[in-house]
Amino acid sequence: MDKRLKSALIKPARSMLNSLPILVGIILLIGLVNTLIPRSFYAYLFSRNVILDSIIGSGLGSIFAGNPITSYILGGELLKQGISLVVVTSFLVAWVTVGLVQLPAEALLLGRKFAIWRNILSFIFSIVVAIITVLIWKLL
Amino acid sequence: MRKTKKSRVGWYFLLIVIILYLIIGVIRIDVILPCLKFSLRIFKNVIPIFAIIFGLMVIVEYFVDPEKAKKYLGKSSGLKRWLIAIIGGIISTGAIYMWYPMLRELKKKGVSYGFIATFLYNRAIKPALIPMMIFYFGLKYVIILTIVMIIGSIIQGIIFEKMEGSDFL
Repeated sequence: MDKRLKSALIKPARSMLNSLPILVGIILLIGLVNTLIPRSFYAYLFSRNVILDSIIGSGLGSIFAGNPITSYILGGELLKQGISLVVVTSFLVAWVTVGLVQLPAEALLLGRKFAIWRNILSFIFSIVVAIITVLIWKLL
Repeated sequence: MRKTKKSRVGWYFLLIVIILYLIIGVIRIDVILPCLKFSLRIFKNVIPIFAIIFGLMVIVEYFVDPEKAKKYLGKSSGLKRWLIAIIGGIISTGAIYMWYPMLRELKKKGVSYGFIATFLYNRAIKPALIPMMIFYFGLKYVIILTIVMIIGSIIQGIIFEKMEGSDFL
């Protein structure tokens, strides 16, 4: 087999295999949470206003790290629980743009000020992007 | 060694979830079956999409050469530079921290923080994962979010250029 093709097959396979236990764990956890936690809990957690709820959504997305697929599965399930699309979007965007876990490495290699400001801006952007996206989505 | 440790984290996580199931099973055995049934339903939904994602990841991996990309990123300027930051970020694969050394090299070669910020922001857009996103949120939503994020990435890039220009960074 062509060496380049072999490498192109191995790398994604390895990446998916590495993500597999986390994904299986997350899906099992969703099953547990969905059965044990009443819907009223989500209503309690996200029932203030769009901005405040989005801050909570972005906050959760910033803390969690890992394959974005996990965030889609979690986001999709949150949506089914009645959480607003703005909150879910801010959660999805923060998951992939804010990297608290990678912050030390980013600061070390790209500069402390840059890394901190990039993450702060990405956090704010996750809320703004979520509001604009849902506004356009509703208008179209 | 590092790689082994990293790949084990996921397995530890899965083990913790299984232990959690066992603990809850001891307290309330009646909830375990509904939990597993619910999880199985999610599995059934996501497995076919995984096959598509894998195929797309192979295509990107096969056609994108990181060395050539690095040379191209360092030489570009003007509007082309923003386009390259956007496209480069979108098609780049692997963990984000794997790109930090390359971006550091580019920074040393004179590439702006604005370019790096735009590149990093666009890494959030993953073409290979779009089928999964469409499955959960719909095509219209994915298209709008992608466009808004690309515009957001340029705005973030411009903000960083201004910050760098005023010696803030």
